[in-house]
Amino acid sequence: MSMTEDTARPKRPSGFWSYANPVKFLGLSERVLPTLWVLAAISLVAGLIWGFFFTPDDFRQGSTVKIIYLHVPSAMMAINAWAMMLVASLIWLIRRHHVSALAAKAAAPVGVVMTLIALCTGAIWGQPMWGTWWAWDPRLTSFLILFLFYLGYIALWEAIEEPDTAADLTSVLCLVGSVFAVLSRYAVNFWNQGLHQGASLSLDKEENVADVFYFPLLVCIAGFVLLFLALVLYRTGTEIRLRRARALQAREARL
Amino acid sequence: MPDLGKYADTVLSAYAVSILLLILLVVLTLRQGTRARRTLQEVEKRSKPNA
Repeated sequence: MSMTEDTARPKRPSGFWSYANPVKFLGLSERVLPTLWVLAAISLVAGLIWGFFFTPDDFRQGSTVKIIYLHVPSAMMAINAWAMMLVASLIWLIRRHHVSALAAKAAAPVGVVMTLIALCTGAIWGQPMWGTWWAWDPRLTSFLILFLFYLGYIALWEAIEEPDTAADLTSVLCLVGSVFAVLSRYAVNFWNQGLHQGASLSLDKEENVADVFYFPLLVCIAGFVLLFLALVLYRTGTEIRLRRARALQAREARL
Repeated sequence: MPDLGKYADTVLSAYAVSILLLILLVVLTLRQGTRARRTLQEVEKRSKPNA
């Protein structure tokens, strides 16, 4: 029985899944990155200048309220970076697309810096407001554990030489760490006993920060999101190139 | 420069630490990327005659 051309050739993935092809992914990131870098820089600079120079002091917290423009976006991105890594890890575990494993690996150093910024700005902000740099509060503690998970995740990638095994084990670690990513977001709601306040941004108008702080905060959040996207796209490209270089070097060594 | 009152050190140190960390992250990312491109180009150039 003769096979038609359609059944003889394996179907090429289309749409979103076509970017599992490293060449196609690199092509997309080369096209998108210049715009992303520019938009990230504009929104970050505009949001921080607006927040720092053109917003009033809070009646209770004084000028320390200006820390919100760094603390809230970085904390959001610390959690969202782990969520992105979780999705990429699941794609690797289920569909075995190398680009997704490399994207998760690429996002980890960005996530760890975001977590560090959130922890540092939180401690600096907490000192005058709570009278302490640190408290074993549910949200602070779960954030610290998330930070340690990030370090463990990066260390695990470095410790295992075989890339597919490294991707498998780090993906499992990512699944486990997701518990703390969720906890660091909802710990305040689960255990209402810590120093940390509830959400600064909420769909509930009553719970939200005042508009005068809210709009520059949204611009800063947009800046952090765009910077995260630019960094992860760029770093994934770097990981793809390094993997290709290692594969060629291994082939060279065999010849 | 806005008047930050008695919390000037607090606010300025939070901004300094965060901006420093962000700049460090971007610079290291770009440097690693440039190095990876160069490495790949060299390896590809070397491996072409063998292909």
